Amino acid sequence: MKDSDKLKFVGQWQRWLSPTGNTGDAVFRAAMFAVALLLLLIVAAMIVALASHSRLSIREFGFGFLTGREWNPIKGQFGALAFIYGTIVSSLIALLISVPLSLGIAIFLVEQAPYYVSRPITFLVELLAAIPSVVYGLWGIFVLAPFLRVHVEPNLAHWFGWLPLFQGPITGIGLLTGGVILAIMVTPIISAVVRDVLAAVPNTQREAALALGATKWETTRVVLVNGAPGIAGAVILGLGRAIGETMAVTMVIGNRPEISLSLFQPSYTLASVIANEFTEATADIYLSALIELGLILFLVTFVVNAIARLLVWRVTRRTSGVGMAA
Amino acid sequence: MISFFAGTDRTRRATSGLMTTLTALCTVVAVGILLIILSYIAMRGIGALNLRFLVDTPRPVGEGGGIGNAIVGSAVLLLLSCVVGIPLGISTGVYLSEFGGGAFATTVRFLIDTLTGIPSIVTGVFVYAVIVLPMNHFSALAGGIALALIMIPIVARTTEEMIRLVPHSLREGALALGAPQWRVTLGVVIPAAASGIATGAMLAIARVSGETAPLLFTAFGSRFFPRNLNEPIASLTVQIYNYAISPYDEWHAQAWAATLVLMTLILGINIIVRFLTRKRF
Amino acid sequence: MFSKKIRRARFVLILIALAAFLLTGCGSGTQIRLQGAGATFPNPLYQKWLSEYGKQHPNIKIDYQSIGSGGGIKQIQARTVDFGASDSPMKDEDLKAAPGEILHIPTVLGAVVITYNLSGASQTLRFTPEVVADIFLGKIKKWADPRLKTDNAGVNLPDGDITVVYRSDGSGTSAVFTDYLSKVSPEWKEKVGSGTSPKWPVGIGAKGNEGVAGQIKQTPNTIGYVELAYAVQNKLPVAVIKNKAGNFIEPSIDAVTAAAAASVATTPEDLRVSITDAAGATAYPISSYTYILAYKAQPDAVKGKALVDFLWWGIHDGEAFAKDLRYAPLPDEIVKRAEAKINSITAGGKPLR
Repeated sequence: MKDSDKLKFVGQWQRWLSPTGNTGDAVFRAAMFAVALLLLLIVAAMIVALASHSRLSIREFGFGFLTGREWNPIKGQFGALAFIYGTIVSSLIALLISVPLSLGIAIFLVEQAPYYVSRPITFLVELLAAIPSVVYGLWGIFVLAPFLRVHVEPNLAHWFGWLPLFQGPITGIGLLTGGVILAIMVTPIISAVVRDVLAAVPNTQREAALALGATKWETTRVVLVNGAPGIAGAVILGLGRAIGETMAVTMVIGNRPEISLSLFQPSYTLASVIANEFTEATADIYLSALIELGLILFLVTFVVNAIARLLVWRVTRRTSGVGMAA
Repeated sequence: MISFFAGTDRTRRATSGLMTTLTALCTVVAVGILLIILSYIAMRGIGALNLRFLVDTPRPVGEGGGIGNAIVGSAVLLLLSCVVGIPLGISTGVYLSEFGGGAFATTVRFLIDTLTGIPSIVTGVFVYAVIVLPMNHFSALAGGIALALIMIPIVARTTEEMIRLVPHSLREGALALGAPQWRVTLGVVIPAAASGIATGAMLAIARVSGETAPLLFTAFGSRFFPRNLNEPIASLTVQIYNYAISPYDEWHAQAWAATLVLMTLILGINIIVRFLTRKRF
Repeated sequence: MFSKKIRRARFVLILIALAAFLLTGCGSGTQIRLQGAGATFPNPLYQKWLSEYGKQHPNIKIDYQSIGSGGGIKQIQARTVDFGASDSPMKDEDLKAAPGEILHIPTVLGAVVITYNLSGASQTLRFTPEVVADIFLGKIKKWADPRLKTDNAGVNLPDGDITVVYRSDGSGTSAVFTDYLSKVSPEWKEKVGSGTSPKWPVGIGAKGNEGVAGQIKQTPNTIGYVELAYAVQNKLPVAVIKNKAGNFIEPSIDAVTAAAAASVATTPEDLRVSITDAAGATAYPISSYTYILAYKAQPDAVKGKALVDFLWWGIHDGEAFAKDLRYAPLPDEIVKRAEAKINSITAGGKPLR
């Protein structure tokens, strides 16, 4: 091959790797790409492993697995609907409680509080994320569940009992308790990330709003709109935690694979049943059904994330992101 | 154009004041819950907390014992998972934010998002199948990798978000001065986003430091001080779990005391990381 | 003095050296390490055994991790541990799936007790097997049911509903309890069956023995089943059950050993047996063995010898620690049979004892 051809060939590769023509850039881009590829391969490997081990269950139950309400390991009857319901509802409750709470905390810490107040409180809120889930579960059984059983659920039944959500026997253990514990666990994550997002909004945005005569709250609204994609990212992170949490939820949710509209009734989440029954499952079909639940969990997370991303895209299509400002 | 300034001056000022109160209330609620949980843990565990508890190895019920090896084990596992997980997470975040337009990046982003929702036990079982079974024994290495896999999506997501938020003017200034793109990213953008990336790292550390399920099948557990990474290793969370599900009050008290130690460790790491990434300008 | 870059590089090099050191370890000397995993029920006793044995043999370091009976079976099948532990004996399919022959060596006995939280009555309740089955089937719904009143004449039974609490996680305790219920109630056997994760007709699920005990302690008018130690440690009342011979037996350590002794005749050669609903006069009806699982042909002679010596010590000297921790020691007959099993363990074709 002629020398000039060789140079052209190398040049083409270099140009692809680094549009700027700098070798440092090429190396950097290649390294980052390699890491991202590695991660892609790991996650793909996980999905493939899950899929291959659930083949037995998929063949046995087919699509009916997703709509089956019966979960009976001894008789060999498996169906995932009750768990899907429990996972989605408990995560929904967790987000409904946690997102406003986290936003409030983040806004307070970034926009309102003086530095000497926000620093220690930031540490304290982040400390909530460090509590082991086992401890959350135990605290849930011994403190939260009795509290809800005695003080909160009777009042809910009294005032809102006409809603099917708040009917039925009250034991303190059920969907509502599970949702509340998840909310507490998810709040530090969402509030920490939102806090950083809000802090990253350049001050020029705030100054512009104030210059136009906005009140503190109206300025905050401007900042929130600017940070909307970041806030959505924070909520997705929190949602991921809520969907995948096992230990704490399984101790307070009642672990009964039944679907009922009432929030006071026990329920069961996908993550909990996998954690509870995985080590003891010895029959092949049983193990396969549990792994298929893991696959469904992946799918549920995927779908929910996709919906969240779609919403964010629609909201931010019209407003420009922070990076463009300043 | 949205009219922000609807309503009279009085209404707008009142709304603003109301919002300030509400947000302060949210913070009070959160801090309050933390203090309630902390005081419960302290109440149940403070009795077992003493110097001997911090350096001794576990002993059968009735003989006292401690969590010395578990503290060392947790530190080793945390270090291992940080060494593997944080660089990988930050790199992925950087890739997604700097080069993240095409289908490949979108796929990676989606898969990382999905990974955050995986129960830690599934990750643990995956690492068991991929590392423990071929090696034919449990090891601290497997435990560290399982924890790293849990950390990576959190770090990657937050890194990507934070780098996105760095104002373009910073990048443009550095580029205008003639720095190549990689220099701009490593030397200007990442330090600018450092505090946000540190938050992501701290959240990830806090999260994995409280995980039990993945360690049960990988790092396994041990009654002894660790000698090398190729053997099973004790950890605070597994020890807390074992004690908490036992019938004995003495072990329960030790579980709560160990929780206090764990949270103090995390608080310490948090303070150190914040100090190292503080804004110097 | 040194520039920042050089300092950082040196730091990284030291870290790498440390990592390399940690990965290979600093010479093991003459230490022998064994790993075991399995049932949570005997964990406190095994920890005591390991500690006491370790005092006598400081160069033998044994670890035991309680990941559940099923976990113990899976890990010994995969050979990632040196010995497993399980409350229920392994099923035939599991034994076939293992790469070698696995021996069941019984170590101690335990009792599953019925415990409850009855507002207003801290007296001991008496149950017949049919009543127990019907409560857990959901056929007896209220505490003031006439069938409960017949056996508990002097007790002030409250008016409320019975809330059943069961184990939500797969567990050997559930397996033992449902095994008992299947024996005493044909309806239970047909409707639910026995296993580690049965589909409970009524009630709420709590995680672990601790979860069930905690739940019952916190919530009035609940009833559930736990290992004896948990009821005692949580100061929960324990029910007296009518056994096969017709006597109301309180769950005590001697009653449990009696159940095993009464079943010796029907215990097969491989020692895999269920002793629920045992025949003896003083036998407690919901008792069970717990086993250590070990390969008959040990791959490593040194480790195999250490394991065999430890097991021998366990079923002789170790039994002395059982009663204090609320475990029932093995009856003498069974100890002899277990000895024979341990003596049959070989390495490289030669017996290790």
